[in-house]
Amino acid sequence: MLTELIRAVRPTVVLLFLVTLVTGLLYPATITGIAQVALPVQANGSLISDTKGNPIGSALIAQNFTSPTYFHPRPSAAGKDGYDASASAATNLAPGSKDLRDAIAKRVSDARAEGMTGDIPADLVTTSASGLDPDLSPEAAFLQTSRVAKARGLDVAKVRSLITAQTEEPILGIIGERHVNVLLLNRQLDTLSATTRGK
Amino acid sequence: MTLSGWSMILLFLVLIVVLAKPAGDWMHALYAREKMPLGFIEAGFYKLAGIDPKAEQSWVGYAVSLMVFNLGGIALLFAILKLQGVLPLNPQGYSGMETLLAFNTAVSFVTNTNWQNYGGESSLSNLSQMAGLTVQNFLSAAVGMAVAFAFIRGFARRQANTIGNFWVDVTRATLYLLLPISIVLALAYVVMGVPQTFGPSVVATTLEGAKQTIAVGPVASQLAIKMLGTNGGGFFNANSAHPFENPTALSNFVQMLSIFVLGAGLTLTFGKAVGNLRQGWAILAAMLLLFIAGVAVAYGAEAAGNPIHHALGVAGGNMEGKEVRFGVAATALFAVVTTATSCGAVIGMHDSFTAIGGLVPLFNMQLGELVIGGVGSGLYAVLIYCILAVFIAGLMVGRTPEYIGKKIESREMKLAVIAIIVPPLMILGLTAIACITGAGLAGPLAKGPHGFSEILYAFTSAAANNGSAFGGLSGNTPFYNLLLALDMFVGRFGVILPVLAIAGGLAAKRRVPEGPGSFPTTGPLWIGLLAAVIVIVGGLTFLPSLALGPIADQAQVAAGTVL
Repeated sequence: MLTELIRAVRPTVVLLFLVTLVTGLLYPATITGIAQVALPVQANGSLISDTKGNPIGSALIAQNFTSPTYFHPRPSAAGKDGYDASASAATNLAPGSKDLRDAIAKRVSDARAEGMTGDIPADLVTTSASGLDPDLSPEAAFLQTSRVAKARGLDVAKVRSLITAQTEEPILGIIGERHVNVLLLNRQLDTLSATTRGK
Repeated sequence: MTLSGWSMILLFLVLIVVLAKPAGDWMHALYAREKMPLGFIEAGFYKLAGIDPKAEQSWVGYAVSLMVFNLGGIALLFAILKLQGVLPLNPQGYSGMETLLAFNTAVSFVTNTNWQNYGGESSLSNLSQMAGLTVQNFLSAAVGMAVAFAFIRGFARRQANTIGNFWVDVTRATLYLLLPISIVLALAYVVMGVPQTFGPSVVATTLEGAKQTIAVGPVASQLAIKMLGTNGGGFFNANSAHPFENPTALSNFVQMLSIFVLGAGLTLTFGKAVGNLRQGWAILAAMLLLFIAGVAVAYGAEAAGNPIHHALGVAGGNMEGKEVRFGVAATALFAVVTTATSCGAVIGMHDSFTAIGGLVPLFNMQLGELVIGGVGSGLYAVLIYCILAVFIAGLMVGRTPEYIGKKIESREMKLAVIAIIVPPLMILGLTAIACITGAGLAGPLAKGPHGFSEILYAFTSAAANNGSAFGGLSGNTPFYNLLLALDMFVGRFGVILPVLAIAGGLAAKRRVPEGPGSFPTTGPLWIGLLAAVIVIVGGLTFLPSLALGPIADQAQVAAGTVL
């Protein structure tokens, strides 16, 4: 046993060194090299920039919208004030939690105060797993159209068609759920407002 | 539940069955020491490390090599985490990890658990993520596969006193299976939107004018092996729920497939090695039976949603702690996939699942993660249950049990029972300790039965080397860092060592020819028996603890009581 033990030391040290070199440094460096050259947009976080080239966010990451003129994303538990893309997090509240029930009750009553009627889609009043969920269900977006259209003085039908156009369908009809990316939708909304004003 | 949800689940099952055969053949080529392309890399590794690839090891030699290698791995990873502040590739300037947390993390990644008491994007340098964690993601999977290979040799060999060479098995699994597939997957993930950069965080000015700091990093390369090696440790705190770690429903589907493919394939590697592929298919069938049952219960519970929230005017399934692009069906499927194996990555927060939806992942882990199971660990865990099942069948008819032509005698049974009893002993024992100490009771976020579930889930996940969590538990305390590390270590090696001992004993036996009195271990009767033994042994051990946790939780929610 002791000889076995001593004999295992050199392979342990050398193998750990070699595997660290290959899988810990060469492998990620190679992938990074290929990705940065061939797929720079995705490799750097699918960033969206304004006309001056300054990043306004990532197409994959939720950012906060509070103004009535924009569609609002799902509530977020990431970071202290939510939507902190350097500290992803969920509430981890239990199904029978009083804190969770009270938080949802408050969000539902806020939605009612805004004029939303009928059933509220669950995604609109619950926090996501990452706190950075960039999407809404189309139903949750449709419920916000009248507020957005009114605040912008836009035609409700036009805003609705924007949502329909931005809705992504499941792959092969079965993989994933229908969803709308809030940041991309709001960008389209700004474009729509600008062109409408132009006329 | 929806038709499209079930269609996706069915498609997943079909693809796993289709992929199992080529994966099994590939791993059989590694097992059987067939020549690989680029064989000089392997040869160079052996030369530098002073390994004689032709030398065979007894089970004791194999076990000693494995233990020294894993202890060395823990020491190296601990050192990297402690010293990351003075090491390169640290664009955010993070300082070294606190000692007990670094110890917990080192044990966690070496044991294939990937329990995380830290937030990746807010505390780890790129070097720690790559040269520290990613390396152990490869090696812990390779070690699991090596143990599975050794166990298979126990059944396949006759009157032999060796079970292979640990160094060769680990090197080949890393270089000729895990690395090439990871390269392909990592690039595919980048195409789908996963970042891969050494640059620092990006500061954006949002449409409403706020500043948003967006953490990025070499995510794709770590993600690929994290899933393939059933490790599960996320680059980001939110793991595969983070849009950068799982941008689309398609990337999610690929991740689920890559969690299952090697574990499913190994059952057929086993069948091929013992000369009867149907032995492998029978095990896979029993696994998939248990898997479908788990998916049906979890999906049903999550789709039904939360009656307390429905009463507030909220419609639909349970979306707290879930992402819209995945929805209820994929999140429930993923939760079962990740806990049937030793993966432990998550795309939704299990802590916020409905009580019954959360019971399924918990129970999966308590069964010992042998429904497909971790890379290697799933096969050796299920083979232990095969031994137990033929023993029970033998008791019923009064014959000496045999499996794959090997007589199962008292030494095998004693060791098999040790391997089966160690994880429950750790899980229930440590949960009990946590429930009667102040430091333990300080952990849970939830009150009442769900708080107990959070503790039980943590010790279950650690002993089963899963790594998923009921995340409400505050695990980064000296109490939990130490006890969970102990739990992970004993849960891993307390099973591996008896498995290797059984392998050594079986290899030495002669193979008895199949006779008219032999119990066939391929047909539906066997598949049913094996599945039943797994559920009954798991169920009897853990039913009382489940009654105190998730079942009481369900009763509380059904009554509309909030705590």
